[in-house]
Amino acid sequence: MDHFDADVLIVGAGGAGLRAAIAVAEADPSLTVALVSKVLPMRSHTVAAEGGSAGVIQSTDSLEAHFHDTVAGGDWLCEQDVVEFFVSRSTPEMIQLEHWGCPWNRKPDGNINVRAFGGMKIERTWFAADRSGFHILHTLFQTSTKFPSIKRFDEYFCVDLIVDDGRAQGATVLSPVTGAFTAITARSVILATGGAGRVFRQNTNGGVVTGDGMALAYRHGVPLRDMEFMQYHPTCMPGTGLLFTEACRGEGGHLVNKDGYRYLQDYGLGPVTPEPRNKTMELGPRDRLSQAFWHESQKGRTFETPGGDAVWLDLRHLGAAKIKERLPLIREMAIEFMDIDPALGQIPVRPAVHYTMGGVPTDIRTATSLPGLYAAGECASSGIHGANRLGSNSLAELFVFGHVAGDEAVKFSRGVSASDSGKLIDQAKASAAKALSLRDQKGGGERHAVLRKEMALTMEKGCGIYRDAAGMQATCDKLAELKRRYREVTLEDKSAVWNTDWVTALELGYELDVAEAVAASALARRESRGAHQRLDGYENRDDAHFLAHSLATYREAAAPEISYGPVKITTSQPAVRAYGALGEALEAKKDAAHA
Amino acid sequence: MPDVALAAKTVQLKVLRYRPGQDAEPSYGTFEVPYTDDMSVLQALQTIKDELDSSLSFRWSCRMAVCGSCGMMINGTPKLACNTFLRNLPKGPVTVEPLNNFPIERDLVVSVGDFVKKIESIYPYIIPKTPKTVEEGPYLQTPAQMAAYESFSDCINCMLCYAACPQFGENPAFIGPGAMALLQRYNGDSRDGGQQKRLDTIHGEDGVWSCTAVGVCSEVCPKQVDPANAINQNKTNSAFDFFLRFVRKDAR
Repeated sequence: MDHFDADVLIVGAGGAGLRAAIAVAEADPSLTVALVSKVLPMRSHTVAAEGGSAGVIQSTDSLEAHFHDTVAGGDWLCEQDVVEFFVSRSTPEMIQLEHWGCPWNRKPDGNINVRAFGGMKIERTWFAADRSGFHILHTLFQTSTKFPSIKRFDEYFCVDLIVDDGRAQGATVLSPVTGAFTAITARSVILATGGAGRVFRQNTNGGVVTGDGMALAYRHGVPLRDMEFMQYHPTCMPGTGLLFTEACRGEGGHLVNKDGYRYLQDYGLGPVTPEPRNKTMELGPRDRLSQAFWHESQKGRTFETPGGDAVWLDLRHLGAAKIKERLPLIREMAIEFMDIDPALGQIPVRPAVHYTMGGVPTDIRTATSLPGLYAAGECASSGIHGANRLGSNSLAELFVFGHVAGDEAVKFSRGVSASDSGKLIDQAKASAAKALSLRDQKGGGERHAVLRKEMALTMEKGCGIYRDAAGMQATCDKLAELKRRYREVTLEDKSAVWNTDWVTALELGYELDVAEAVAASALARRESRGAHQRLDGYENRDDAHFLAHSLATYREAAAPEISYGPVKITTSQPAVRAYGALGEALEAKKDAAHA
Repeated sequence: MPDVALAAKTVQLKVLRYRPGQDAEPSYGTFEVPYTDDMSVLQALQTIKDELDSSLSFRWSCRMAVCGSCGMMINGTPKLACNTFLRNLPKGPVTVEPLNNFPIERDLVVSVGDFVKKIESIYPYIIPKTPKTVEEGPYLQTPAQMAAYESFSDCINCMLCYAACPQFGENPAFIGPGAMALLQRYNGDSRDGGQQKRLDTIHGEDGVWSCTAVGVCSEVCPKQVDPANAINQNKTNSAFDFFLRFVRKDAR
């Protein structure tokens, strides 16, 4: 087996992984970084982020306001010390990306321009048209090429972590090009593998978003935190789930039901105003907007499409010129995929799964409970999103915590020596053998693609926008059944080179573990908070019992064990979470009390 | 995705297959796939993989024409599979082949390493004209200054332009349209001071002068990046730079 010895191993080369790699290279060029990605780095799912990245820059804005929006947006399930750190570090990271060339949109005088986003009191979303993630990812990838200490393993798939002496010391990776395995040993490991949205049927995510890093850590005893909080983005293409950015609404787009009525005013998000108003109507948070859609659907005020029922996203009043400048990708998608020019026609949209709020729990410096293992980006639960993430906080998170993870990994690597490499390689050999046995097993003849579809369907059915115990239990049972069937799948393709049948089967193993953590955590949370909404007698938030992070602990051949951990409250006591007119009234009252 | 068994309407895909170690040479596999009006070529390939033949290999991810993974020859033209819709193709079988001009690794998967090396070779990052710390804040850049390079920054590295380029087909060492667009993206950026360094990488015979101005690279670009324009600008710059070298020498 090939062996590569690095100082720092980073799994995942999207926004967080690349930022971490650059941080390591800048902190200490003498340290070797192994940067592993299952796709070319510029294919990573950061590429599909559209709307932008939050960082306080306007003189009318404040870090306190960004903090408060984030904590209230997360329905008080946020780690408040981490949020405070995050908002303070975000703007410097945006500036750093600017220095590296990111083409952020500008005002006529050449200064940075920002746009409005849902749940944000003041405009603070830095954007590069509606291809923000694309530009950021390419900027980071291209910048990373100037550091010779970053050794990329492009298109290498991680099959397991190497854990010895109670700490993470590398990973076993598979090259689909050759079908051969490599043991990458390192003195610290950063997970930056992204979310797990593909476990749901209609989702906005790329095919690569299969929860790999979450499952890897989980199988090694690191619990997954707050996994019940899956974000439904309210404006997606029916059928494919492809995303129409929140910036459509940030730029002034409307959501209307089949009768042409701006229905959000019926769900505590009004009043309707001639000009867009922050934290009101279409600029409400994603959880509330997706929930409003569900209610409209129940009332029969949506319309049918082949991809499920839908409402209209209306951008016509923005005019062709603004749509072309600010929303070129949205325009292109609507025209190419749906034959709709958004300057002339309305776009049918419905909610789809978009983002995994939970993940591998980390402290404020990205350390997990496994020494030597760090996590950053969507795979992590840094604690900033709570029960509902605000749009444009997740891109910012990649750079703030990617940077910190790089710095921390450097420190850790300097302070420890590696275990005997023979021992580590033996472990890698065992992991490789296990991965090979999935490819080569005779099995019972069933295709894994069948299981993937059933998984995605049961997740949507039982763990959708609104949930009840019976539905969630049925999903848990179904997932247990799928895991049993997974052990007996048969791969048609036994070959070595570019065996994507095999790689997707390995991914499905990750997805099933993560899906189980989502469903079990959801079933156990007997309250409604943020993106977790119940219909069966637990319709309200219950701070007395559930102002707590869920922790799902992996168990071999059994459902995960669910426990709870405390939430860090610093300055913002849990309060009524309101938007629109009520939100403004409550805020005014709070300001008066402070004055 | 529709159920294969229940489909009323189908479409035939002829897909070039090649499995190293198994096939002596590439040959076509034919698949009948259920057809719906909203179906992309990528979805047709996914249906094949999930329901008909799981050994078919191809790259894909975002499904929305921004990650650049799924470039392939569709009816002989380089296209992204995800935003090429069956409804827009002529009736009859759809031919799907790996991107032209690249070595096939398997089925529709081609080698990308050489392309990535080309991108890396042109110093694809800001070499600051005036270095600045983060504390000093962002650089100013007016919308007009941004417009000078912005379209070249839209390249998604899908390699369709390389598959279309006859010069790259003849001379794989040619730097090619995508890398030239990227070079122009940085050379045109008001924050950058690395123009000379980058120009030096493209003077040679595998550089900008390999291009014979066919222009098909810009035609196939799914993002209107116009690499042909980038190459033209650099021919001018390269020629001017070549001339200037003599002037500089004379001045010494």
